[in-house]
Amino acid sequence: MSILTDQIAIGPATHSYESARSLIRSPVAIAAITFLGVVTLVCISAPVTAPYDPLHQDLERVLSSPTAHNLLGTDTLGRDVLSRLFYGGRRSLLSVLEGVVVVVALGVPMGLAAGYAGGWVDRGLNKFAETIMAVPALIIVLVVLAVLPQNEDAAMISFGLLGIPAILRVVRSATLRVREDLYVAAARISGLSHLQIVKRHIFPRVWGPVIVQASLFAAYALLFETGIAYLGLTADPSTPTWGGMVAEASTVIQRQAWLLVPSGTVIASTILAFGLLGDALRDAVVRGEGGSINRVPRSVVTARDRDADTAEPMNGRSGLVLRARNLSVSTMRSGAEIPIVDGVSFDVYAGETLGIIGESGCGKSVTALAVLRSLPQGLRAIAGRVYWQGDDLLSMTERSFDGLRGSSLAYVSQEPQSSLDPTFTVGNQLVELIRHHQRVSRRKARSSAIALLRQVELQNPDQVARAYAHELSGGMAQRVAIAFALAGRPKLLIADEPTTALDVTVQAEILGLLRRLQRETGMALILITHNWGVIADICDRAVVMYAGQIVEKSGIQEMFDRPLHPYTLGLLNSHPSLAEPGSRLSSIPGNVPSPGSWAPGCRFAPRCRFVAEECVKTPIPLIDIGPGHASRCVRVDQIFAKASA
Amino acid sequence: MFVPESPALLRIVGNRLLLSVPLLLVVSTLTFLLEALIPGDVARTIVGPQGTQEQYLQLKHSLGLDQPLLTRYQQWLESVVRGDFGTSLFNHEPVAVLLSGRLSVTLSLVVGSTLVAAIVGLLIGIAGALRSDIAGTAVDALSMFGLAIPNFFLGLILIALFAVAIPLFPATGYVPFDESPLDWARSLVLPVALATPGIAVVAKQTRDSMRVILERPFIRTLRAAGVPRRSIIFKHALRSAAAPVVTVLGLIFVASLGGTVVVESVFAMPGLGGLAVQATTQHDLPLIQGVAVYFTALVVVVNLLIDLAYGWLDPGVRIE
Repeated sequence: MSILTDQIAIGPATHSYESARSLIRSPVAIAAITFLGVVTLVCISAPVTAPYDPLHQDLERVLSSPTAHNLLGTDTLGRDVLSRLFYGGRRSLLSVLEGVVVVVALGVPMGLAAGYAGGWVDRGLNKFAETIMAVPALIIVLVVLAVLPQNEDAAMISFGLLGIPAILRVVRSATLRVREDLYVAAARISGLSHLQIVKRHIFPRVWGPVIVQASLFAAYALLFETGIAYLGLTADPSTPTWGGMVAEASTVIQRQAWLLVPSGTVIASTILAFGLLGDALRDAVVRGEGGSINRVPRSVVTARDRDADTAEPMNGRSGLVLRARNLSVSTMRSGAEIPIVDGVSFDVYAGETLGIIGESGCGKSVTALAVLRSLPQGLRAIAGRVYWQGDDLLSMTERSFDGLRGSSLAYVSQEPQSSLDPTFTVGNQLVELIRHHQRVSRRKARSSAIALLRQVELQNPDQVARAYAHELSGGMAQRVAIAFALAGRPKLLIADEPTTALDVTVQAEILGLLRRLQRETGMALILITHNWGVIADICDRAVVMYAGQIVEKSGIQEMFDRPLHPYTLGLLNSHPSLAEPGSRLSSIPGNVPSPGSWAPGCRFAPRCRFVAEECVKTPIPLIDIGPGHASRCVRVDQIFAKASA
Repeated sequence: MFVPESPALLRIVGNRLLLSVPLLLVVSTLTFLLEALIPGDVARTIVGPQGTQEQYLQLKHSLGLDQPLLTRYQQWLESVVRGDFGTSLFNHEPVAVLLSGRLSVTLSLVVGSTLVAAIVGLLIGIAGALRSDIAGTAVDALSMFGLAIPNFFLGLILIALFAVAIPLFPATGYVPFDESPLDWARSLVLPVALATPGIAVVAKQTRDSMRVILERPFIRTLRAAGVPRRSIIFKHALRSAAAPVVTVLGLIFVASLGGTVVVESVFAMPGLGGLAVQATTQHDLPLIQGVAVYFTALVVVVNLLIDLAYGWLDPGVRIE
């Protein structure tokens, strides 16, 4: 639903400001920074802060639990655990710094180069990254440590080198995104050198992801450093290291399990702090980029029509299949409820075709999806009823509605190819549907599937059954989708712009098919379209939607002969095949307002050439003008008097 | 059933195998060059400060270090292609023999961890996709703590709890499968339990990718046509959502392969990882190089399996 994403724009100007601000608001980030700061300070100043010499042995107090003397107890040689932690952290934190510096200093330029230069530079660097990622990092570092024994600097530099691919890829994709921006292109044309462009325009917008990656890499580096220290590969046993302290504790795990706790906890919480900081930074960067989402103005929820809210169920009118009353759908945005479909009411009779017409973004599809209880995430039917044989579809249990899916109501969507499961053959999906609806054997279902594919006029049903969605043309895929919809022999088929994505000749064929199927099965059809040709071709009645409301409804002939709403009139006049030959084709000026920015009075008023004072004050009700004909226009008498006379 | 025509899986396998040759070459060259180019002298390191100049020169000769670099590389490469990684400097056994004897231990461990991560992670991830609130938070927390707690520390905690305090499982050691399948399984429980971070990663990926797929048009079409919810989730959505999960599983496999270095030390398991640590402390270069090539070969095989899985999961891939 593009309506929901229209408002989200990436604003480079606000980027760093928004990021910094939301970071400050994040308590997790503050806690992580504080913790890391304290740990760093304490470790750096260990000679001052540590209560004991980390190497001082006291064999009378071996493996002591925490006491007033030794706040965290003592180890196997009676050395003070707290002091050893302070000293041990110095090496660990220095190692983390080494790794991060290597990975940033090399990975960022490489990522910038790959993203900015593209071509063979990009391919080469990608190949490099791929190769490195195929090697278990630890083993390579072990090779280094075999040659340079206990050289932790060498180990951390190697680890940094092996960490380059991740940051390279992140920087590369961020650079690619920025590179295509207009202002970078403009800078290039204005004659700035590549280096200047990268420095001034690209790097400032890439640093966010870099910091995130650096922080996460710090977590991995510490994890790694404590690992090799644990294995005793980096220092002799007497030197205090965090990993080494865990290793020492492991030798007395049966006698004094406590000894595991201080070193293990410090390691885990420092890694956690780096990780949480990285996560918080990522959230902050994302929020900074999408910052404008918060700036969509709070909408004024307009008064809903009550005229149509005569919630009578279907009281025995013959042939009535579906009755929607005051159907309303909304979404939540920044704490405000934004209406998207606003009090829509209509009836559908057996065997007839009801057209729903309007420009994109008027709520046609959302109306259909609400009836099918298939609204996309974030949208909710907040009011109204949709009666199906006396029961309200919207309030019945999921289980009861499941019983209606496919067998009572069915659906055909706009994009045929993406409406088939790409990973199973057409036949597999059809057989599943048929067996669900009819409880027949596999063999029987298979022949029914072929019959269905033949019914939708596919030339080679056997071949199509074996095909995957990507092997079908648009027209074939739409026929298959129609076959899916027919598998449960529905009484109402809702088709959402079933021909929009297809070639003109195929469009006519699909419409012809729908008409034939309807004649054969007697099912009702709701057809959503923005094409009057489709309406004229196949519909019996039509409703016109604008900005979430029905603005006119009538029989099809009547609507073409005597439209009674300026919007309908405008739509008709803008359609090539319907305009008077020789007259100028006129389009309606302006755009459909997006949900949340609807005018309080007549929502079409800002674009209407007949607009008058009474149009903009209060919401306009939908008024019956003649038999089966209603219009949401207060000036209907003045505007259309001449036309009808 | 409607069987698709001629899946070009063979071609995928062929391509991947062709690509894996240069990768193996690059990695083996890399390990060779590391040894050759790192400032440092292996012979000196091995001989130690007490060694005489004579011993040093002799060792240098026996290692071939007095030959020109290119000659050494050529000789080394030739023997590696023949599956000969040289002889361990420490106990003078052929490296290939030492390695193959320990492969099954490492494979049991790594395959076990990956499987556990896959199965448990998928289940939690699916739950998270369906009911976002609780399962989602749990996955986030689990993945954070999974990352934060080092595997050696977690391993020791598990030993302290389930081997020492409540003696359910052996604290250390490994029992071969053909000796006693039950004891084999028992000896693997605690090491494989270290797969927890992997579980969280898989769960997170599954949840995210399931959520995306569940919003796809085809899900809506199939649902509207009557396909039951259970089939939508476990058949249609899961298969489409699986490709990125498979990628993650590949990364987990590589990570746990590296992790065996630590895990096998913690649980005193006689596998390749433990061997690598031992080789490092003993400066046994041929041995550590052999382990590196072995590990890379395993990664190549896993990448091949992943490619095959892609082809099976998404028929569109097979066309290319």
